Order: sequence, then C-alpha cells, then structure tokens
Amino acid sequence: MKKVLSGNAAAAYGSKLARAEVISAYPITPQTKIVEKIADLIAVGEFETEFVKVESEHSAMAAAVSASLVGARTFTATSSQGLLLMHEILHWASASRTPIVMVNINRALAPPWSVWADHTDTVAQRDTGWMQFYCESCQEVLDTMLQLYKIAEDKDVMLPAMLSEDAFLLSHTSEIVDMPDQDMVDDFLGSFEPENIMDVDNPMSFGSLSMPHQYFYEFRYKIAEAMEIARSKILEVEKDFEKRFGRSYGGFIDLYRCDDAEIVLVAAGSMSSTIRVAIDELREKGEKIGLARLRVFRPFPIEEFREIAKKAKKIGVLDRSFCFGYEGAFFTEIKSALFDIDERPIVKGYVVGLGGRDVTLDVIHEIIDDCQATTDTRTEPFKWIGLSR
Amino acid sequence: MPDEYEIVYKTYKDLPLSPIAKGKSLVFKTGSWRTMKPKLVLENCKKCGICWKYCPDVSILIVDDYPKIDYNYCKGCGICANECPFDAIVMVEEDSK
Repeated sequence: MKKVLSGNAAAAYGSKLARAEVISAYPITPQTKIVEKIADLIAVGEFETEFVKVESEHSAMAAAVSASLVGARTFTATSSQGLLLMHEILHWASASRTPIVMVNINRALAPPWSVWADHTDTVAQRDTGWMQFYCESCQEVLDTMLQLYKIAEDKDVMLPAMLSEDAFLLSHTSEIVDMPDQDMVDDFLGSFEPENIMDVDNPMSFGSLSMPHQYFYEFRYKIAEAMEIARSKILEVEKDFEKRFGRSYGGFIDLYRCDDAEIVLVAAGSMSSTIRVAIDELREKGEKIGLARLRVFRPFPIEEFREIAKKAKKIGVLDRSFCFGYEGAFFTEIKSALFDIDERPIVKGYVVGLGGRDVTLDVIHEIIDDCQATTDTRTEPFKWIGLSR
Repeated sequence: MPDEYEIVYKTYKDLPLSPIAKGKSLVFKTGSWRTMKPKLVLENCKKCGICWKYCPDVSILIVDDYPKIDYNYCKGCGICANECPFDAIVMVEEDSK
C-alpha cells in the first residue's frame, strides 16, 4: 500500500509494522511528530503497544533498557539535546546488550539555539556501542527500521541501533512510501525472543559491580566482537530484505555512479540527494564524479572504503559536524581506514551545513571544483565551505 | 559473598550476554557504608508507617504493626528520622548503642 509520509511518520509506522511492544519517548522538535503519530495510532486502535510517558530523555532511555531486559521489543525517538541527555543510558543499553531501536532526528546543538540539520548530536555518540545508520529518504527510514530490528535482535549481535534522519529536510518532507504488508513484515522479523530476560521468578542483579580483576574487560571485548559480527549481519539482512521487499540501499555504503569515477564524494543524509543532481549535471559534460553515501557509521565500513580507494583518484568527504581541535569525524575515520593500503588517493575534507546552513547545488559544485584543483592536501587538509570571512 | 553467586569463567566465551549475577543483592550487604544510623524510640511511635513509605532503600519493614530497621541495607541517610512527626526515630553515631 502506498502512502504519503514524512520522515517522522515513516518512523512511527516503522515502529507499528515492527510491532514494538514498549515505546518510551519524550517529544522534542523536530522529532515531536513521531511521538504524536504513535499516540494517534494508539488512540484510534490501530497500534497495540505500551506507551510510557516519561519526564525526560534520560528516563525514556532508562525505560527502554528495562523494557528490553524483560524481553519486549522496544522503540524510542529523540533529537539533539535529548540525545545528549540520554548519553549516559546509551552506554547502559549497549553494555546490557538490549537491542533497542531508536530514531534520532539530526539537529544542531545549542548555543545558539538551532533546530536545524547538523550531525554533531549522533557523531558525539560514536563510542557508545550503538550501531549508527544515516538515511536519505522516507522510504529508507521505514525500511531501515525493519532491518535494524532484525540486525539488533540477532542472537550473536544483541546491540542497540540508532537511525538518523536530517532535521526538517527529511523529518518533515513528505514522500510516497510503499508500506509493506504486515504479514510480510511479521514473516521477516519474527518475534523478539532474548536468551537472558529479567524474571521475577528467577531474580538476578543487572549491572552489578565488577572489580578490576573480574570480568569488566571481557564484557567490553564481547561488545567489540558483537559489533564485528554485526558487519556480516547487516549485509545478510540487506540481501534478505531485498529478496522479500524488492528494495535495497547498498548495505554500508550506497554507491552512485562510482564505477569509473575519478572523484568520489562521501556524504551522509539528505545532502546526498543534492550531490546526485550535481553528479548528473557533470556527467552530462563527461566528468567522472561519483557519490559514496555513508549509510552505516558504526560498525565503520573499513573494507568498503578500501575498495573505493582502489579505483578513485580523489575522495572528497563532506562532514555536517566538526570535532573541535581536529577536523570532521567522517574525514578522520576514512583517512584512518585507508592508512594501511599501498596506493592512497587524495582525501580532502569539507565542513558543510552546520546548524542547518543550506547545502545547495552551488556548494556541491564548489566542493567538486576544489577537489579537481587539489593536488596536495598537506597545507590544507580540509575546508569550511561558504564561511562568511 | 558466597562463591555460588560469583560469575565464574575461564574464557570470555563462558560469560553471560549481559553482566548479570544471580541473586546478588540478597547476599551483598550494603549497610556497612553508614556513619550514622537510625534508632527507634518505640514509645513515641504511632504506627503511622510514614518512615516505611519514605525509606528510599526498602530498609524499614513493618513487623507486628511497628517499624523494624534492616541494618543490612540501611545507608543511614536519615530521611526516616527527618520525616517522622513524633520523634520516634533519631539518628545516632554508628558505633553508639
């Protein structure tokens, strides 16, 4: 069935199709419509779920962890400052091995107040032990949510996953979305049957003290191992999803016109669509440009970037976030992934779109022009594009 | 703590998925952290149960209608003594009788 849905509504319907049993969420612009849509679906009797009203995002995540520990499929959604308030419990979620799925609307962090697109909120959660996915369309939001439950709940993974959509550019943009049949989703996902669950008849302590000589270190290794196993599961689930639903997004990296590309741009989220338009324009003129849309940031697609580097002469990395005292995080990590290969392409970084600053076609063309002109990145490894100087 | 409640493992593969321990809070006594402890003055007690309601650590039990303090878990926060309207609980030094 086709419906016109915003990115927010797609997330709400995603939780319904996945039959999330417990939802705990606190509203925040621009995520509010997710919570409202879920409330609507419950009110009209279309969605049977336990909706927990909480007083903060910290509590929302704490409730989600608890619900997941008693064996409930769990969903939550937040954005920006709300995600930062959750930060402490994000670590509790991954280390308790609760496969919560969360949608985060990428929004800038104050001050000054800004409710517009910026990836700093999720990039700052890089080391929390959550898988991280970035989406480009409303259809991808819905489809990825279903994929994430399947990946996260795999018995060898059992890690939480966050899905990111750009504030307003995706959260409030309506597109035609093909809603899969409930039967097909049920068949794809199955029910959530964890091995360890909190049970009043068999009491256990969760998260108790571990002395330095005991098992803390080993539990951290287990998370690292599960994240590595997730790599193959992400690809397996993508294939299975494509077979059943006829749509796929390239797994870790969504490649666009990269086969013979001399310059490959790397970007995440909504600006990828603008880059596709710029590439089509330049391809008309015979210029060999491609896009590698970063879809998964954790686990990081190391091998995939090495494959791209074998063919491309130059890679331009667009970061919609900035790590003060260094550079954009995607830029750093891509360079790090390529350090061990014999012949590295030129890799240049571009800081764009902070606080929702428009990433227009002109911005993309300026980046491509700069990439074409760059022969050495030692003096200027990265640039702020469109800065009023 | 008795051995049966320890997480025992040879390699990390033997560990459970989540850091869980069987029944640990039943055997892991946390009352030794106190510097002050609540003391009941039962002749003042009106059996109202306010202390039971306010204790944040479930360390006040009601036995035969009267409060009884579980010193295995009481942290000595003093909320019960502060809330009791009848001075039936007073805080004293941990070592005093």
